[in-house]
Amino acid sequence: MSMAGPTEIVTLPAVVRARRGRIDPLMVMCLLVIGAIVLVAILAPLVAPDNPDTINILSSNQGTSGSHLLGTDSLGRDLLSRLIWGARLSLLGPALIVVAATSLGTALAITTAWIGGAFDAAVARVLDILFAFPGLIFALLAVAMFGPGLWAPVVALAIAYLPYIARVLRSTALRERNLPYVSALYVGGLTSWRICWRHILPNIMPFVVVQAALSFGSALIDLSALSYLGLGIQPPKAEWGLMVSDGQSSILNGSPAESLYAGAMIVVVVVAFNLLADRLAASVHSRGSQR
Amino acid sequence: MGRGSLARFLLGRLVGLVVTLLVASVIIYGALFLAPGDPATLLSGGHGTPSLLAAINREYHLSDPFPVRFWYWLVGLLHGNFGTSFTYRQSVGSLLISRAEPTLFLIVYASILILTVGIGLGICAGLTGRLGSAITFVTSVGLGTPSFVAAIGLVTLFAVKLRWFPVFGSGSGFFDQLWHLTLPAVALALSWTAFVAQLTKAAVRQELDSEHVDTARSRGLRHTLVVRRHVVRNAMIPITTVSGLTVAGLVAGDVVVEQAFGIGGIGSFLVQAVTDKDFAVVQAISLLMVAIFVIVNSGVDVINGLLDPRIRQTHSA
Repeated sequence: MSMAGPTEIVTLPAVVRARRGRIDPLMVMCLLVIGAIVLVAILAPLVAPDNPDTINILSSNQGTSGSHLLGTDSLGRDLLSRLIWGARLSLLGPALIVVAATSLGTALAITTAWIGGAFDAAVARVLDILFAFPGLIFALLAVAMFGPGLWAPVVALAIAYLPYIARVLRSTALRERNLPYVSALYVGGLTSWRICWRHILPNIMPFVVVQAALSFGSALIDLSALSYLGLGIQPPKAEWGLMVSDGQSSILNGSPAESLYAGAMIVVVVVAFNLLADRLAASVHSRGSQR
Repeated sequence: MGRGSLARFLLGRLVGLVVTLLVASVIIYGALFLAPGDPATLLSGGHGTPSLLAAINREYHLSDPFPVRFWYWLVGLLHGNFGTSFTYRQSVGSLLISRAEPTLFLIVYASILILTVGIGLGICAGLTGRLGSAITFVTSVGLGTPSFVAAIGLVTLFAVKLRWFPVFGSGSGFFDQLWHLTLPAVALALSWTAFVAQLTKAAVRQELDSEHVDTARSRGLRHTLVVRRHVVRNAMIPITTVSGLTVAGLVAGDVVVEQAFGIGGIGSFLVQAVTDKDFAVVQAISLLMVAIFVIVNSGVDVINGLLDPRIRQTHSA
């Protein structure tokens, strides 16, 4: 990657078009899957065939039928409706974590890369200490302190993900900061603030998006694991991790549907985000090397 | 690079390790006082009588200022005193030791699976074309499968349908444990096996394209020899580097897998303690897990530094 020459701004639509203007089919597929699930989550009241909370003990653990497309759970609630409503809470938590961790991580990355020196070193030391806490352990500690629910795990995981995101983006921001155009802007009399937020930030944005997509998958895994353990979202709310644990006792009676469907939803979303991050990263780097 | 700089590198790593552990223990200890509510009540698990609360106050020096309290706690830790669980009315240390065996068994079992299957699959995928794409697809799904979802799938198929393995418990005696912990170990190992396989595949592909492999081929060396000596050997370097990360994943994943399979180890004890608000146990296990993670990571750093002098230089600079 040559440092000379004019910098080309790598915009997101350009990244999706990938190399030589071709559309990357795998990336489009991932975007479609994610888009569809998010749309269904938003439109849950319209698309869900049934009330997800209506209990009917008489029709518990039923298989697929005309009135219940995916059958019912152990309390006779419609599984399809619970999966659809469950998408809301299941995706909201990871989205909050990703927004918090990437925005804070990006801000830290740019300021440390710009200021450098003792400030950079001090932030690096603090992040090193945060690295010592595996995300799930940090979240468990937070739940022990503040009780189960959505917020304690979300805040804890956002803090736990911060060092990973900040470290990767710092090196990207540092590379950008050392490009000639930044010196030119500085000599041209622009303020640090303006150079950082109007020039460096837009240029590292594709890398930020890669990090966001990558951490969404881990956030969904960690948060749904906490709900599965009974320390996250509480019953009777619908959430995929919680549904996996709700259905576990029915597996022994030969009706694994609830656990398997909810587990499959988690896997589909995580794999879609991971592949998306993978393709985005490949595309961002190939454009970077064309410079 | 003389002997002095190696000593400086090792010393620097050691100081870093101690500082990180110290700050992590301040955070874990301080959590008790950041949590809403009275610390003594928290430590009692929420059901303390006035005399018990007074006893806790004395044992934890709660009337002293924070640094003094922390000092007593830390000195206690270094003497092997992890505090008292007021839910079980027993010392945390003895509670942990009685639960350590299945956890260690599970983690070692999973590590062996990750190394053998992960590296094996990765080398296969790196050396072959079509099989490689199939393996890449499988590992992508494996990477996105949380351990508890894998646990559900494995139990449904192998324990309930085929009845090959038990549904839960950890068994007693080596072979019984092996049999009981097979499904848990697979569930725990799955995503990390996929991760190691993908990493190995990428490393093998990169080595295959490298000039030293071309040279070895042009010298007329047998294909198997080139692969073994020149490709696989070099491709192992990134694997040692991520083994620290893998340990973190196993330690955290163990908590979930033990709960999923009803294994009475340290992981399910942590979940139970969080649910019961048994704060002394939560602190002890969190600190234990953080310590394992930090020590393994420093160990990996040191090994990498000993193997490759360039890493030593960039760290000490």
